Amino acid sequence: MNTSTTDAIDIRDAVKRYGDFTALHSVSLSIRDNEFFTLLGPSGCGKTTLLRMIAGFEDVTEGAIFLFGEEIEKLPPHKRPINTVFQNYALFPHMSVLENVGFGLEMLGHPMQEVRKRAGEALEMVQLSQFAARKPAQLSGGQQQRVALARALAPRPKVLLLDEPLSALDLKLRKAMQIELKHIQRDTGITFIFVTHDQEEALTMSDRIAVMSSGELQQLGDAREIYEQPRNTFVADFIGETNLLPVTVDEVQGGRAACHLPGGQTLTCDASAGVARGARVHLSLRPERVIVAAQPGVESLKATVRENIFVGTDITTIVDLAGGEEFRIRTSNSDRGRARIFEPGAGVFLNMEQGAARLLTD
Amino acid sequence: MAAKYDLRVFPGFRAVTLFCLAILYAPLVIVTIYSFNASPSITNWDGVSLRWYVDVFTGPDSEKFKYAARNSFIIAIIAATVATCIATLAATAILRGGRFRLRTVSFGLVSLPLMVPEIVTAVATLIFFNAIGFDRGLLTILLAHIAFCIPFAYLPISARMQGIEATYEQAAMDLYATRTLAFRRVLLPLMTPGIVSGFLLAFIVSLDDFIITNFVKGAGVETLPTAIFGAVKQGIKPNIMAISTMLLGISVVMVTLSWLVSRRDATK
Repeated sequence: MNTSTTDAIDIRDAVKRYGDFTALHSVSLSIRDNEFFTLLGPSGCGKTTLLRMIAGFEDVTEGAIFLFGEEIEKLPPHKRPINTVFQNYALFPHMSVLENVGFGLEMLGHPMQEVRKRAGEALEMVQLSQFAARKPAQLSGGQQQRVALARALAPRPKVLLLDEPLSALDLKLRKAMQIELKHIQRDTGITFIFVTHDQEEALTMSDRIAVMSSGELQQLGDAREIYEQPRNTFVADFIGETNLLPVTVDEVQGGRAACHLPGGQTLTCDASAGVARGARVHLSLRPERVIVAAQPGVESLKATVRENIFVGTDITTIVDLAGGEEFRIRTSNSDRGRARIFEPGAGVFLNMEQGAARLLTD
Repeated sequence: MAAKYDLRVFPGFRAVTLFCLAILYAPLVIVTIYSFNASPSITNWDGVSLRWYVDVFTGPDSEKFKYAARNSFIIAIIAATVATCIATLAATAILRGGRFRLRTVSFGLVSLPLMVPEIVTAVATLIFFNAIGFDRGLLTILLAHIAFCIPFAYLPISARMQGIEATYEQAAMDLYATRTLAFRRVLLPLMTPGIVSGFLLAFIVSLDDFIITNFVKGAGVETLPTAIFGAVKQGIKPNIMAISTMLLGISVVMVTLSWLVSRRDATK
C-alpha cells in the first residue's frame, strides 16, 4: 500500500524563509488519517509557521504539502478543505454565534436551510445551542473557544488545525477542554493537528507528537517514546524534567557503556547508537526513576542531600553529586512508606533502575 | 492636611483650564446668543427673538443664501462620498496589501496634505485647473473638495482598520470565503464605524471650507461660506449670526455623530 496517498497530510522537505531568516529547515513528516497529531516546541521553533503553511496563510518557499495524496501547497486557503481554530478564536464580532458557525457552510454554497441545520448540530456538539442568537462578545472565553471549534468543525474539514487554542483558558478549564477535544476528535474521526508549547498538554492528548526546535523536527513518536526514549538532549530536557550530566565513555562492550562523570564517579548503562569509546556525551536521568537510599544498589552514584521540597503529590530532593553537579530526584508521596527522606547534609546513594539512564550523543 | 498634600492635585490648573476654554468658546457663545437678538444692531441686546432666523429664509438675502446652501450641501455630499470611497480603497491597499516597499511612505503621503497650509493648496489647485484649461465653476469646487477631503476621511478609516486584526479575514478565507467575500462579509462590516466617521468628517470639512473654494469657484458661483464672507464685507448683519449659528449646529451634530459612531467598537 502506498502510504503517501492515505496519509492525511504529507509534508515533504518543506522550507520556509523570510528574506535571510530560515524559519523552517526542510521538514518532512506524515500525519495519518484520523490521528490526533501535535506539533510541540518552544515559541519560535517553527510549529505555527508549519501550521499556517498547511492552512495556506504562508506560502511554502520550497517543498510540497499533500492532503490525502493531493498536492495543495499552491492552493489559496479557501480552496483547501482544512479549517483552523485560531489562538485568539477570531470569531466575527458582528455576527451571531449561529452565523459564525454557519459561515463556512454558507461560503461553500449550501442552501441556508441546511446551513442553519448543520450549524445548529455543530453548536449542539459543543453544548452551546442555547447561545446561538448571542454575539461572541457576550460569551465567556471558554464558550468563545467552543464556538471557534464548532465553526471550524461545521464544514466537516478533512483536517482540523488548532493553533494553541487552549492557551488563554485557566488551568481547570484547559484540562476539561483537553479531554473534550480528544473525545470530539475520536467521535468525528477528523484528523487534528494541534500546536502547543505545553509538553504536558501534548503528552495528554496526542496519538503522536512531533517535537520541534529552531525550525527543525527533533523527534517524532508517541508520548511514551518521546518521554522514555528521547533522541537528543533538547527533547530530553523539553519533555518533562530530566537530569543531564556530561559524561565521558570509557568502554563499550556488549551493548553496555562504562562512563565516568567529571567528578570521577563511574556508571554503566545501555549504550545507544553512536556511542563510542572516548566520546563525550550526556547522560539523561529522569528524576522519578532514581531512588535515594542509604545503601548502594546495582548502579549507584554517591551524593549529598541539599534540600527536600514538598510539591503536593511529590517530594523533590535536590542533591549534590561528588563532582558538584546538581541532581534532582522526585519521590511520589504515595511511596513514602518505601522511600526514605533524608535530612540535608546526609550522604546517600542514588540507585537507578535498569534502563533508567540514557546516553544522548547530541 | 491630607488635601494640602494630595499629589494628584496641581494648584492653579483648574483656573488655566477654564481660561483656555473661555478663550476658545467666547466668540462662538456670543455669536450664538446674539443670533437670537431682537434688535437689528449687533451689539445692543433687545430681547429674545427668532426674527433673524426667519430673515435668513424669507428676507431680502434669502434667495442668495438658499442658492449658496444648496451648492454647499450638494458639493459636501458628493465630495464626502467620493473621498470616502477613495480613502477606504487607499486604506485597504496600504494596510491590507501585505508588505510592500512604499507602505510607510504611502501612509505618510496620504495624511500629509492635512499639514500643508490651506492657502498653498488653494493656490496650487487654482494653478492646476488653469494649467489644464478647466473653466472655474461648480465642478472645479467639487474636484478640489474631493481632493482635500481624502486625508480627512482616511484618518478615521485607517485608524479603524488598524484595530481590526488580520486573523478575521484569515478566518473568513479559511472558511472558504474568497478574498472578495472576506472583504465584503467580514472586513467591510467591521470597518463601517470608521467609514461613517470618515464620511461625516469629510462632509463637515467640505461644508465649512472657504479658502480653497474661494480660489477655485467661478464668477457668480457661491457656497455658504463664500456667500457669508461676501455678505460680511458689506457689513455684519444679525442674519449672518443666525446662519453661522445654524452652520455651527450642523457641525456639532456631525462631529458628535462621528465620535459616537467611531466609539462603537464592534470588535469588543
